[in-house]
Amino acid sequence: MNTTEQNLEALRDIRSMMERSSRFISLSGWSGISAGTCALIGAWFAIKRINSYYGNEYDYSTACPSCLKNDLITIATFVFIGAFITATLFTFLKSRKEGVAIWGSAARRLLWNTLLPMLTGGFLLWRMMELKEYQLIAPGCLIFYGLALVNGSKYSIGEVRYLGYAEILTGIVALWTVRSGIYYWAFGFGILHIVYGVAMWWKYERSS
Amino acid sequence: MKNPIEHLNKVFDSRIRLGIMSALMVNAEVNFNDLKELIQVTDGNLASHLKTLEENGYMKVQKGFIGRKTNTTYSITKAGEKAFKTHLDALEKMIRSIE
Repeated sequence: MNTTEQNLEALRDIRSMMERSSRFISLSGWSGISAGTCALIGAWFAIKRINSYYGNEYDYSTACPSCLKNDLITIATFVFIGAFITATLFTFLKSRKEGVAIWGSAARRLLWNTLLPMLTGGFLLWRMMELKEYQLIAPGCLIFYGLALVNGSKYSIGEVRYLGYAEILTGIVALWTVRSGIYYWAFGFGILHIVYGVAMWWKYERSS
Repeated sequence: MKNPIEHLNKVFDSRIRLGIMSALMVNAEVNFNDLKELIQVTDGNLASHLKTLEENGYMKVQKGFIGRKTNTTYSITKAGEKAFKTHLDALEKMIRSIE
C-alpha cells in the first residue's frame, strides 16, 4: 500500500531531522587516523627522550629532570597542535562535501561538552605537575579524555562513546602500571584513535 | 476499531513542517538560519510554514538581537509537543495495522 511507504518515509525524515539538528555528525574517520598518527609519532620521540634520560644522564650529577620535563611538554604541545589541526582539517573537508556548516549550534554544543571535562582534567594535571606528581599524568590524560568523549558522544556520532569507554579503561589499567605510563598513553591516544578512525571510515565513508 | 487516520494531523502533512517540528522537538530553540540549512528551503517558503505552525499554536517565536543583528529563534509549545507525539503514535499504529 502506498500510504505505508509514505508513513515510513515520514518517520525516516523525522528521525534524520532530529539527529541532524542536534548532533554534529561530520566527524571524519580520517580525523581519528591522523590524530592517532600524531600521537604515535610524539610517543616515539618521548620514549626515546625518556630512555636516554634514564639510560645515560640519570646517574650523573649533571642530570636535569626539568629539561626532561620541558622536552616532554614541548613534544606533547606539538602532538596536540598537530592532532588538532589535522583532525579539524579532515572534518572540515567532510562537512564541506556534505554541505553542512562546520560551525553550527550542534558543533558548538559538541565542543562545549567535550571541552568541559578536558579543561577540568587539564587543571588537575597541571596542578599535579606543579606538585611534581608525574606518575599519574598519563592515566589522568586518558581518563579525562575518555570522559570528555563519552560526554560529547550525545552530540556527535554515537560510536564516539565506545572510544571514550576504551580510553577510560586504558587509563584505569594504567593507574596501576605507572612506570609504563607512556606506553599506555601511546596505546590510548595512538592505537585506539587509529582503530576508531578506520572503523568509522569503513562504516560511513568507504562507499562515498 | 478506531480509525487511526483521524489522529494524523493535517498540519504535519507537509514535509517541511514535519521537519521543523522534528528539529524543535530535540532542541530547546533553533534559529531561522539553522532551520533553513537543515531543511534546505528558501526563506519565503520556510517563513510561510513557520507562520502556519505558529498560528496553530504549536510553536512560539522569540525575537532577539545579537549585537545589532536580529536573531529570531523558534521553540516548541506544550500543545505542539502533544500534537507531534499524537501524530507519531498515529503513524506507528498505521504501520503496525498493516504488518
